[in-house]
Amino acid sequence: MTDALTLDELLLGHAAGSLPEPLDLVVRTHLALSPDGRRRYRLYRALAGALLETLEPVAMRPGAWERLDRAIDRVEPIRVPPVSVGDPRVPPPLRPYVPEGYERLPWRNLGPASEVELPIGTPGYRARLIQLKGGKSIPRHTHKGHEITVVIEGSFRDVQGVHRRGDLVIADATVDHSPVADEDCLCLAVTDAPLKLTGPIGRLLNPLLRI
Amino acid sequence: MVAIHALDVASRGGRLATLRTAGFIARMPGNAREMESAEAAERERIRDLQLVATTRDRAAFRRLFDHYGPRVKAYLRRLGTDEDTAEDLTQEVFVSIWRRAEQFDPAKASVGTWVFTIARNKRIDALRRDRAPTQEADDPELEIDPAPRGDAVAELAQMSALVMRAVETLPEEQKKLLKIFYFEEKPHSAIAQELGLPLGTVKSRLRLALAKLRALLGEEQT
Repeated sequence: MTDALTLDELLLGHAAGSLPEPLDLVVRTHLALSPDGRRRYRLYRALAGALLETLEPVAMRPGAWERLDRAIDRVEPIRVPPVSVGDPRVPPPLRPYVPEGYERLPWRNLGPASEVELPIGTPGYRARLIQLKGGKSIPRHTHKGHEITVVIEGSFRDVQGVHRRGDLVIADATVDHSPVADEDCLCLAVTDAPLKLTGPIGRLLNPLLRI
Repeated sequence: MVAIHALDVASRGGRLATLRTAGFIARMPGNAREMESAEAAERERIRDLQLVATTRDRAAFRRLFDHYGPRVKAYLRRLGTDEDTAEDLTQEVFVSIWRRAEQFDPAKASVGTWVFTIARNKRIDALRRDRAPTQEADDPELEIDPAPRGDAVAELAQMSALVMRAVETLPEEQKKLLKIFYFEEKPHSAIAQELGLPLGTVKSRLRLALAKLRALLGEEQT
């Protein structure tokens, strides 16, 4: 599939500030939890600064400096970086959506898993937190669009391997999987199109389930 | 959770230590003098920003504005912001730079990257005026690990200069492609159409450019 999304495109998109909010949220959560992700991301940040230098400058208007010189008379320096508030279990990028801890969210029980939809407000996207108990699995399914998952706690495995805390996993129509939790697992999953159940029973349930 | 966090911290040293001075010089594109002058320019900008932070030095601030103002405006214009809004947003970006100068840490980002991040976040916040700014948007360096060693600042200045030089040595078409991906907010299919190339070709060229940059930085391919 030529429009397959890659981790590098997501990291570049985040550095450039061009991702839709749900995808940006998933990348920020990945970066907050994954030292490997942050290491990989360094190039994209450095590139942003380097490319800024290569742009053909567009002159500021006459008097721009005087305007700025006056504007800074009226402002105070911001000395301390904003202190992160909220539940320390929740990665900072998710805290606006999980203000009072995971337990207080309106979880919906789906049998092996439970999920809660985050009020993300970008048309065409869904962002959900999914809890899967250790040893349990999600029915086999594939995807019409992309499903980007970040492991927040625990781990799960599927055809692509074992995914641990902080890992970002991209699945699309080429991935037909039934994720299994190795231990109690909490994930953030963003989809840009409905999933499609592919197991024998799942196919029958497709019209009913919005898993 | 606590144990995992401690592991994260412990693993930082080893990973960042892969950027060693000797390796930099061996892989350095172009000649050593250009590289040194790029590093010297970066050191001057770091000093100017630190002067703003410590003594509210307006002459230093003006030097930063003279250099980055027209570039921030160019970035905003390129993304389709109209002339008036780009001028005003650039002013806002520099008010933020003035106010946040103390938060700049030269061990975490080059001045150019820090300025870009503030401009990027201002633009996102302007587009989403109806939303509260995200915490990350307020604190551009939130996610970035502090480098573990004493020479972290020098190392980062070198890395910045190296990336800058590396970008200059890329073939014109790859450079153009990177700029489009960074500075034009378009779906990848639209980028491909504009360039008159199949999407697969655009993506493989982008991968090629990035692989080249990673190799120059001595980062392993994954």
